[in-house]
Amino acid sequence: MAALPLPPGLRLRLREGIAQDPARELLREPPQLPAQPLPPFTFSPRRLRLGPQHPLLEDGDVHRHLYLQGVLTSLEEVAERPKVSEFSCHISGCCQVFDTLEGYEHHYNTLHRNVCSFCKRSFPSGNLLDIHILEWHDSLFQIMAEKQNMYKCLVEGCPEKFKSSKDRKDHLVTVHLYPADFRFDRPKKVKSVPKHTSCPAEQGPSVPMEVSVETAEQFQLDPMETGPAEDMEIPQPAASPGPSLPEKRLYRSRIPSTICFGQGATRGFKGPRKKV
Amino acid sequence: MWGRRRGRRGAGRGAEELRALRREREAALRKARREEQLVSKRLLREDRAAEEGGQDGADAVPDPLSEDEVLELLRAVQRGSEDRKGSLGRLRRALQNEDTQQKFVRLDGSIRTLTGLFTSSLADMQLEAARCLHELSHSSDPTVAEACLPVTSYLLTYLSGHSVEFTELCLYTLGNLVVESEAVRKQLLPQGIIPVLASCIQSPHEAVLEGVGYVLSQLLQAKESPMEIIPQVLDSALPQHMLRLVCFSLKAGLGAAVEFAWCLHYIICRHKSNTVLLGLGAVPTLTSLLLHLASEIPQDAPEGLELLVCPVLRCLSNLLAETGCQVQDERLLIALFLLLQCFLQQHPFLVQECLWLLNNLTADSPFLCSALLSLDLLPALLQLLQCSQMASVLVLTVLCNIAEKGPFQCQRLLQQPILPLLLPILALPDPEALGQCLELLHLLFLHCPQAAADFTRQGGHQALEQHQNTPELQERAQALLDVVRQPLGAPSPCHTTLPAFS
Repeated sequence: MAALPLPPGLRLRLREGIAQDPARELLREPPQLPAQPLPPFTFSPRRLRLGPQHPLLEDGDVHRHLYLQGVLTSLEEVAERPKVSEFSCHISGCCQVFDTLEGYEHHYNTLHRNVCSFCKRSFPSGNLLDIHILEWHDSLFQIMAEKQNMYKCLVEGCPEKFKSSKDRKDHLVTVHLYPADFRFDRPKKVKSVPKHTSCPAEQGPSVPMEVSVETAEQFQLDPMETGPAEDMEIPQPAASPGPSLPEKRLYRSRIPSTICFGQGATRGFKGPRKKV
Repeated sequence: MWGRRRGRRGAGRGAEELRALRREREAALRKARREEQLVSKRLLREDRAAEEGGQDGADAVPDPLSEDEVLELLRAVQRGSEDRKGSLGRLRRALQNEDTQQKFVRLDGSIRTLTGLFTSSLADMQLEAARCLHELSHSSDPTVAEACLPVTSYLLTYLSGHSVEFTELCLYTLGNLVVESEAVRKQLLPQGIIPVLASCIQSPHEAVLEGVGYVLSQLLQAKESPMEIIPQVLDSALPQHMLRLVCFSLKAGLGAAVEFAWCLHYIICRHKSNTVLLGLGAVPTLTSLLLHLASEIPQDAPEGLELLVCPVLRCLSNLLAETGCQVQDERLLIALFLLLQCFLQQHPFLVQECLWLLNNLTADSPFLCSALLSLDLLPALLQLLQCSQMASVLVLTVLCNIAEKGPFQCQRLLQQPILPLLLPILALPDPEALGQCLELLHLLFLHCPQAAADFTRQGGHQALEQHQNTPELQERAQALLDVVRQPLGAPSPCHTTLPAFS
């Protein structure tokens, strides 16, 4: 189809605005009701409101979905990732090395960003960190919790508060349809749990991590933490979707000699430089 | 679209193969739309070709694995060995194949393993696990996608994080799961997806914003969206941010603007009374956007701009159709025609979208009807009669809008060779265009009887006679024939009207 016969200078008129012609003002009438059509004619001007399934919209909708499916070939350019040479995390004590910015960014956000200054545990978000500090390190919290509902719901936008961690968990499960074993909501246990020597590997193929654990001192997993704490995390078999052992990450951690990383794995760390 | 990575499904294939793929997809999409089942998912897949040696076939989807091979991969990932990351990477590659996906989710503990890695503190494993879940979310097999349901609470939790790539992955995974079934949405809504998205939309990162837009667009298209989702969205802070982010400038990113424009369209066309959006100034905002786009785009518009223009046009058209909404800015007429000129060749579907807005602007505005004429846009409008059947009907409707306003407008219309353009339409078999054509002729003859004589001279009589026996048209055709047969003599209102403004 040939180009449209448009008068010249339109774009300019658009940019500069159209000069106000006083005569024009008189034409700015309020919308008039259309005159009744003369039968047998039926036309009456009206604004059209089109719903989502209207045929007029079909072509545009199809085009939009072709785009979503990545089939509009001209849009398949992939931006180059900038190449960077190796560099290491600048947080003192962390010797991780990276060769991509994204890898570093994610490492930093996972381990160093939302870190509790009291116990050094890290969390996936500022909100969960705040809740942790309140519930774990604020002595006033415990006192107040005896008298009023202090345990905040973890779901953003939900204003509910509860008198115990368990009540909160029940709320998360029944109202918010959270999984019962939600990793970021395990209660803070005060007393130590007796050691156990079960080897998850014997529990069958459904166990996520093949780790055998024998330890004199059971370490309690923080409700909402993601990162390793000063001591090694000990997974509690069958209780959760399997928190992982950050076995080669923090070099300032000591692995108790009783920890075994599964059959055939080397003990200790591979070396100081590990690429992410 | 201008983000860092996009699923390169076409990589390694020739141009002809891509065109064939597109035609096939297009046919499938049209069929799906007609059945009101139009659903698509989006895939983020890294371009690893450069990193993995750059072979031509490196991006092609891998062959399916056997059940044993899948099991072996799962075991390798479960073992705490040094090469767990490598195994996970191999799993991710393997999961690009839908057959392998199905085998994987059937294995006992497979999702639990992935979930464990996804929620672990090992950042790189977490990222890789997220990619695996993303591949699964993209499956066309509902059992595969629904197997990912246990991770939705974690996907939402991680949206409050700060890693752009990871957040982006989570968003697109969620967006894919959202369209899977009502059951998924019935889980995501109580899990708080709307408030989380309302926070996420405040991110400064273009890639994250585009992802948020994608998730929202999927939610808003759901069958139950008018009752269950739109009210919640309108109640949140999302609408004001959407309006802000839809205002694209050629320097900023187009991807997010496109997504939010479609979101706004999905809301507006499904929601009865858009007082919230109107109250937030949607009409002036979107009008400014169109004016800006029309005045700034170069002759060859950047690819993808039509994906933004289309929903914005629709939003304005539907908002104008709500009572009380008036736009008296004639610059919008200029903008529409400039956009038409720009997109006519490459994206003719925009013609009907622009004409719909033009109808809604001119229907009850004598001012804009006159402006269209005095801006000399009529020749371009008449040319659009030849575009498509749908376009002809809309052009005729707009011409009727103008003619209905009175003798002055009719006279201006008749200064163009409009009658010769209408004759061929009377010969077409399209009843809708024919009907509209007859209505237009009626209005022209009503206000300018001289036109009837001109019409006869050009052979209009015979053209009308053809339709004397068509049921929907015969009454009107007969009425016009009666007018056309009257002798000329009576003074025509057209001649006595002095054009006061020109």
